[in-house]
Formats: sequence, structure tokens, C-alpha cells
Amino acid sequence: MKHVLPFEKPVVELRDKIAELKNFTSDSDVDLSEEIATLERRLARLEKEVYGNMQPWDRVQMARHPERPTTLDYIEYIFQDFLEMHGDRYYGDDEAIVGGIAEFNGRPVTVIGHQRGKDTKENIKRNFGMPHPEGYRKALRLMHQADKFNRPVITFIDTKGAYPGKAAEERGQSEAIAKNLREMAGLTVPVICIVIGEGGSGGALGISVGDRIYMLENSTYSVISPEGAAALLWKDSNLAQKAAETMKITAPDLLELEVIDDVIEEVQGGAHRDIVMQANKIKHVIDSALEDLRQLSDEQLLDERWKKYQRIGAVSSTIES
Amino acid sequence: MIKNMFNRKRKYATITNQTELDDIPQGVMVKCPSCRKIYYRKEIEKNFFTCPGCSYHHQMKASERIELVLDHGTFIEWDHELVSENPLDFPEYLEKLKKDQEKTGINEAIVTGKGEINGQPTAVAIMDARFRMGSMGSVVGEKIALAIERAEKENLPFIIFTASGGARMQEGVLSLMQMTKTSVALERFSRNGGLFISYMTNPTTGGVSASFASLGDYNFAEPAALIGFAGRRIIEQTIREKLPDDFQTAEFLFDHGQLDRVIPRPEMKSTLTTLLKLHRDRGDK
Ligand SMILES: [Zn+2]
Repeated sequence: MKHVLPFEKPVVELRDKIAELKNFTSDSDVDLSEEIATLERRLARLEKEVYGNMQPWDRVQMARHPERPTTLDYIEYIFQDFLEMHGDRYYGDDEAIVGGIAEFNGRPVTVIGHQRGKDTKENIKRNFGMPHPEGYRKALRLMHQADKFNRPVITFIDTKGAYPGKAAEERGQSEAIAKNLREMAGLTVPVICIVIGEGGSGGALGISVGDRIYMLENSTYSVISPEGAAALLWKDSNLAQKAAETMKITAPDLLELEVIDDVIEEVQGGAHRDIVMQANKIKHVIDSALEDLRQLSDEQLLDERWKKYQRIGAVSSTIES
Repeated sequence: MIKNMFNRKRKYATITNQTELDDIPQGVMVKCPSCRKIYYRKEIEKNFFTCPGCSYHHQMKASERIELVLDHGTFIEWDHELVSENPLDFPEYLEKLKKDQEKTGINEAIVTGKGEINGQPTAVAIMDARFRMGSMGSVVGEKIALAIERAEKENLPFIIFTASGGARMQEGVLSLMQMTKTSVALERFSRNGGLFISYMTNPTTGGVSASFASLGDYNFAEPAALIGFAGRRIIEQTIREKLPDDFQTAEFLFDHGQLDRVIPRPEMKSTLTTLLKLHRDRGDK
């Protein structure tokens, strides 16, 4: 285990100790198998306890885990024959968003997702997964293409946010995101969106309007980062942990707020612990969602999507009705 | 849908409608924040709420905008009764709302309804930056979505005057989702041939800029209005570079092809009149 999060330290320490004992017994003739068995039972209990009681801040850290699988990681395990397509046809190719066509269970689909790097070099190439307008425009181009060829769209959301830069503003970051929100609402093919890491504000929204919105158990979706919220609300970015709780940004929170359709369970200890198993869980969810959505006519699809979003919000009336 | 929502969470609050307080400093005389000269308040009001000397566009209340753009006595308000809940149980949120309701005399950061512009009926939504900085929470999103729905039913154009700092933090992700809600509503309106005009006033930033404000069939802005996605300070910190003074002004956006026109307030009504007239009959090829 290369990267240990603070809350999982007890688990890792115990696991290391067991490994140490096993190592020791293999080199000597002392029999510790009973002790090891006891410790392993304890480890199982501890893992359940620690990973079963993750606090919002623990999930934020898990969502940002350096080894957490990215869009391209999942594409490899969920789809076949992925062919990446590039460029927005206006300005350039934004590598913070990847997209292309692939096969899912024998049928063609369009896949799009934010792409961050796992090391500095890749992060620079991917601009830390923070798109410019051309990223959103490339995504839209691919979605319109999916609409034309009647194949479903699957998007993976994983960004701290749209890039706050001078060039991004000059080229219309607002317009690019806004247009995606509107155009995605009008696609007559099923759209399934899955938050796999951080869902940062408008930059996340820009590719996440769909018929089904899912979040991995340890992903987040928020209007502002916990650090940003803390700085804004309490003038102290050190209160990020508190903000993570107050702002209700975890997958279970969003399910309760009725913003998402379901939470996709993660492998114990986080998606990075077993990407094959995690990809399978995601695949299963996509499969059953597509099965449902295929039954709908174009008109029903658009109508249900419209209803889905018109429902979101917490509003009261001052008039008794 | 709206009814369902109320059934889900039915709570009632009582709002006392207070007399509106003025935002241009009280009194007969007003100092222009731009040229620093002193003018009679009445003089500024008569000059379309712009400075007679330097044409600085003063902040306007929603009620003043309605008076200025719609024919007198034609405005009928919609959904005045909708108020925010506190979905995150955010500390002091309801108190802050109440304070702004008392200060502004309106229930939320937007007023919607219908009226006439030189005899041409239209649906309108006017944001009021005095209320929580015009931020968009559930009520703002809901009122816009409802106004779009009514405009569609009554076959009216829809004009929105934006003035907003973006999404409302205290409603968290529900605020963020109002970007989608309004955009989804506009998609349907647009697909059915509805005319939507976005008129951006100072400020129009963040989530409002990145949703309905940018989705007009025609996108206009008032001179010098601040319009943009990310905050200036955040951008400067990110790129470690000082930004030009005119960055994210209406003129800056116009120069970068983001706006159809920058329209000074005195020309607002006449421009809208012409535009509505040109859309009165569906084009006949
Ligand atoms: Zn002046």
C-alpha cells in the first residue's frame, strides 16, 4: 500500500503486523498460526468498522486518493474496442476530457469522461483534469454524434472543476458549460452519468446531465470544494473538514437530497483496491440502466429527463393550498 | 411536478411584506461611485438610473427594472409566494433570508411574471442583486423554470435580466442543480420554438453565467457589467498573473464574441421592442 489515508492507519498498521508475523514464521520454526488467525479475524472486524463508518472528510480523501482509478482505467475494464476521438473542431483538443466510441456488451456506445493524471507529468498533460471550453465542446460534439447514430452516452465525472484561467474565460467557459447543460437535455439517446471521484461544481455538471446519475460510494459532488467553502464561510480553509460535513457532498448525502439515482458500492477500502471488481460493479449498473432506458420512446425519454430535473430543489409556499 | 415537490416537503412560513428600502443611498443627493460627482437622486432616476455625467449604470431593484422596461401597470407577478427552505440545515441561513426579505421587500432574489413592452406581451424574470447577492438557490431555479413553463403555455417570449453572484452556497449541491434545472427547461422551450432573450446586468457570474444567462437566442449585456465564470482572484492565483482591468466586463465579452450587443440602459426598451416585433410573426421563409 503506497498511500495511506489518516483514517485507515489502524487497519494498515494491523495488516503490516500480520505480514511481519507471517514473514517471521516462514523463516523460523516457531508456530504462530493461531495468533495470526486471531489477528486476521481482528483485521476483518477492524476493516469493516473503519470502512463501514467513513466520515465525509474520509470520503473526500478517498475521492482524491492518488491511486484512485480514472476514466481511462475504467474504460479499459468496462468497454471493448474503445476508439478515442479528439478535438472540438473550433480551437483544439483538451486532454482534460477524453471521449470516443466503444462497445458495451456487444452494442456501440459513446463514452466521455474527465481525465486527470496520476503523477505530475500526466497531470500537466491533463491539466489536472480541469477542462477548458474546448473540452466541453469536444464532449458535445461527441454527444451529438451519438445522437445521430443512435447510441447511448455514458459519462464519467472526475474533476475539481472547470479550469479558472484567462484563456478559458476568453473562449467562453460559461457558454461552453451552459450549452452542454441544454443540449444534453435534448439528446434522444439514453445518457448515464457516473461520478467516480470529485464532482466539482459547474465543471462536473458540464458533462453530467442525464437519465441516470450515479455516484461511487466514496465520490463527492459539490457546488464548491470543502476548502473553498471553508474559506468563504468561515474565512479559514483549515475548516475544510467541517465544511465537508456541512455542505453535504458525499454520495449518501446526494442520494438523501434526491439529486442522484443511486450509490454504487465500492470495494472495501476504496475502488483502487480492486479495479476489476469495481469496474464490474459499475458495468452491472450501466447494463441494467440501459435495459430500462431502451424501453422508452424518444418522447418518453426527454419527458422523463425533464421531470427528473424539474423535481430537484427545496421550496415552500407561504400560501396554504 | 411542482405539486409533487410541495407534497414531499410541506412547510409554511409567513413573510411580512415590508416597504422597500432604497439601495441608492437615502436622501436627495447621490454621489456617483464612478465619477464621484454629486447628483440629484431624481436626476439619476430620470436618466434611466444611469449617471448623467459618466453614464455609470447604477444598481436597480427588480421593481425599478419592471417600471423601466414594461408598460406601466401591465405587470402581473407569478409565484411570489415561493420561499426557500433550509435543506442543509445551514446555520443562520433562514435568519439571513428573513433579513434580506425585510430589507428588500421581496421573498427571493428573483421576481417573475408577465407584462407588456410597448404593447407586446412577454414573460419576464428580473434578478435582484440586493437579495443574497442575487445568488441562485432552489427558489430562483424553481421560479425561472415555472416562468419558462408558463411562457410556453401562453406562447410568450421570455426575457431574463440577470444579476447574480452565482450559486447559493447555503443550499449546496441543490443550488448547483438549479443550473441544470433551468437549462433543461430552456431546452424544451427552445425545442418548441420559444424566444429567449438573456439580458445580463452587473454582476452575472459563476453558476448563473454558466447556465441560463448564456443560453439566450440573443445574449445582451449592460455596459461595464461584470460577467464571467470564475472569480477574478481565483484566476489570478491560478495563473499567477495580473489580469487587465477590463477583464470579464461586458465589453471584454463582446470583444471575444460572447455577446450579441452591449446595450446601454436608455436603449434597452426600444431595442427589446424592435426585437419582439421582429419575432411576433414566426418567420415565413
Ligand atoms: Zn458618474
